[in-house]
Amino acid sequence: MICPNGGISAVLRPPKNKNSLPTFGQKSHSAQKLILKNGDFGCFLQNSVAQWLTCLPAVGILNNWLVTIAKGKSVFRIVAKQQLAPTITKYIIEAPFIARKRKAGNFVIIRVMEGGERIPLTIVDSDPAAGTITLIVQAIGKTTKLLATKREGEFIKDVLGPLGNPTPINNHGTVACVGGGVGTAELLPIAKALYVAGNTIYSIIGGRTRELAILEEEMKSCSQEVYVTTDDGSYGRKGLVTDQLKDLLDGDFGIKAVYAIGPLPMMKAVANLTRQYNVHTLVSLNAIMVDGTGMCGGCRVSVGGEMKFACVDGPEFDAHLVDFDEMIMRNRTYIDLEKESDHRCNVYKQADAMEGVA
Amino acid sequence: METVNPLKPSARMRIPRQDSIEQEADRRSRNFQEVSFGLDEQRAVIEAQRCLECKNPVCQDACPVNIDIRGFIQLMLKKDYSGAVNKIREANYLPAICGRVCPQESQCEAECTLGKKHDPVAIGKLERFVADYEMLHDTFNAPHIGERRKEKVAIVGSGPAGLTCAAELAKLGYHVTIFEALHALGGVLRYGIPEFRLPKEILDVEMERIKALGVEIYTNFLVGRTATIDELFDEWGFSAIFLGTGAGTPTFMGIPGENFSGVYSANEFLTRVNLMGAFKFPENDTPVKIGKQVAVIGGGNTAMDAVRTAKRLGAEKAYLVYRRSRNEMPAREEEIHHAEQEGIEFLLLTNPTRILGTETNWVCGLECQRMELGEPDESGRRKPVAVKGSEFVLDVQTVIEAIGQKPNPIIQSTTPGLKTGKRGVVEVDEKQTTTRRGIFAGGDLSRGGATVILAMKDGKIAAMEIHNYLQSNHRAASENIPLTHSSSVA
Repeated sequence: MICPNGGISAVLRPPKNKNSLPTFGQKSHSAQKLILKNGDFGCFLQNSVAQWLTCLPAVGILNNWLVTIAKGKSVFRIVAKQQLAPTITKYIIEAPFIARKRKAGNFVIIRVMEGGERIPLTIVDSDPAAGTITLIVQAIGKTTKLLATKREGEFIKDVLGPLGNPTPINNHGTVACVGGGVGTAELLPIAKALYVAGNTIYSIIGGRTRELAILEEEMKSCSQEVYVTTDDGSYGRKGLVTDQLKDLLDGDFGIKAVYAIGPLPMMKAVANLTRQYNVHTLVSLNAIMVDGTGMCGGCRVSVGGEMKFACVDGPEFDAHLVDFDEMIMRNRTYIDLEKESDHRCNVYKQADAMEGVA
Repeated sequence: METVNPLKPSARMRIPRQDSIEQEADRRSRNFQEVSFGLDEQRAVIEAQRCLECKNPVCQDACPVNIDIRGFIQLMLKKDYSGAVNKIREANYLPAICGRVCPQESQCEAECTLGKKHDPVAIGKLERFVADYEMLHDTFNAPHIGERRKEKVAIVGSGPAGLTCAAELAKLGYHVTIFEALHALGGVLRYGIPEFRLPKEILDVEMERIKALGVEIYTNFLVGRTATIDELFDEWGFSAIFLGTGAGTPTFMGIPGENFSGVYSANEFLTRVNLMGAFKFPENDTPVKIGKQVAVIGGGNTAMDAVRTAKRLGAEKAYLVYRRSRNEMPAREEEIHHAEQEGIEFLLLTNPTRILGTETNWVCGLECQRMELGEPDESGRRKPVAVKGSEFVLDVQTVIEAIGQKPNPIIQSTTPGLKTGKRGVVEVDEKQTTTRRGIFAGGDLSRGGATVILAMKDGKIAAMEIHNYLQSNHRAASENIPLTHSSSVA
């Protein structure tokens, strides 16, 4: 709501002191040079005053944006949309406050429209200067399919974030990054951050079929080697990501840690494999969530026998401690209702399509 | 004050207390419409005539926000309903909400002089009447706003504490900005209290009243994550911050089987139904699943809300499982009574020990044991002790745990210098001042779990204290005394 005197009271200004700069964790000098060489890692640049200055235009963006919110208007505009695979779409969304604070591993909760569901989505990338975040979403449920019907220039009703703990990024030496399906999109920012932290990365991308093994080029930019596996053998090696991972673990690559994101059965299989090799493994859990701020407890998972909330304690956990079987069953709680909801969604879409024709 | 009531006190005492009209129990237990329709004008006027207009209005002293109850009833008798609601609004900006959810029976009505020999005046119902009358006849006028001041105040959380603090400061002329993490305003009034006790339409109107004061509102903004408290001071230029983020983190009993499908925290269950509108699934997208038999664990207002909601969602059997007896229940008497009327089955002196599940991890039973009351514990209530060999299994497919909440730790963990105490509550003094200069807190965040009206009381005290703080800063600034609100502890 705008003030009666017409002005907007909250106006952002650059911070008074260095302590309140957005911090993204200290990086080594060589890592910084590396970032500077690779311009597309803009989001990791905010480490010094000079870098803060490059972000100064963002203050203007933030202020304009605040005025829009204060007028009660929708603000989360889809700036760009790109189809990566038949069901997988990349969205660039205006959300300057989130863009500014987001770190690898953070997620957002979105609600596409009034009456819609709140769903968690990992932030794949962000551009603080442009005030945008990137999401890569596979249209599998009602909400994600609804999102896919939104066009460039249209708005998403609600976006809240950045949520969850950032991924702990250490220099392990050599690391394997394993992504399954759209999970590769969630893995990409972590792989980039690991690369910046000085790790040598071997990546494995898996999918049921060729078009679901996504982001090969992007993963190559931060990996020593990228291996692709498909269940049907339509591209890369025929088989599962774990087949490739086993070869890497058996070989003399010296893999010290594994980061795996994908469907729950895949993460479970990776955990079971790496446990045999005693290699530290981190997974990101996509639990059922409502608010995403620690309020509902719907996302609770058993980790090392303790109850944890994926939204505020995670979303990443030590894979060897996660009770995957329990979580797989818990995630099936609403499966029948999701189908019912989805069916209605299809009915609407058909109605929309017919309107379009008329 | 001159009386406007033509009746002599003895005649007033002879009038019976007027009851509000309620939906029949077996009908309302199947819908989400409001239980009580309140008083109509005729009954409200009769009820107002019962007020003895005491010289020393003890009811006002018993009101946590000190509403001039005698004053608003006198205006009602003059048929100045608009004046009456504005009189309430001087002390409490949200009368339509308080008239519905406040425990008057243990506050103003408990002290009412008439209540010593007869039934007390139905103060809560009168408050609701004048607030509803204003909505129905659209007679709202925004109150006078004082001289504009340059200081900005941030309110974190839009529950009862935050809204009250925001309203009071806006009336004083401050620039007030509310930050809310969820997509809708109201905090616990939105996600916690069900439609049948507080219709969301009423809440929406009250929110419009807050906006009419010129308060700025940002939803989808999680302070601590989207921006930190220090950023609100340093970059946004706020001079003071009030924290009213409530007690939103659910606690679980820690018994086996809590991660089965079909086990909810009361927070999740109520949020799905109230905030996300799951009772209208699939029209709304958020689902909720209810078995034929449902057990709600707990004895507070949240437990009552959850069990009555479960019944309305179609549960054939809705049990309330509580380990103490009815006398020790923290819930409002009216809520317990309504629940009993609606056919909720109370399993008292019963303690759950284990949740049983099917091979696909769906709840299929709740193992409980019988309890008996022993010696009083630190809360003064008699401590329940298990009866050996009394275990039994309750056939249920849904278990909802309503055993209490604690504050969400996000702000506390991202704000240096903010001291927290037992169960994560933010420590405050009697003026709602925290250990960090310029930061104030109230409501469930500092109390751990209390009522809407106590949260409002805190919000109001904090607003006055913020006003004093900013005024003294103002004076200090003109005398060139350096000030800081950064991490140093006050």
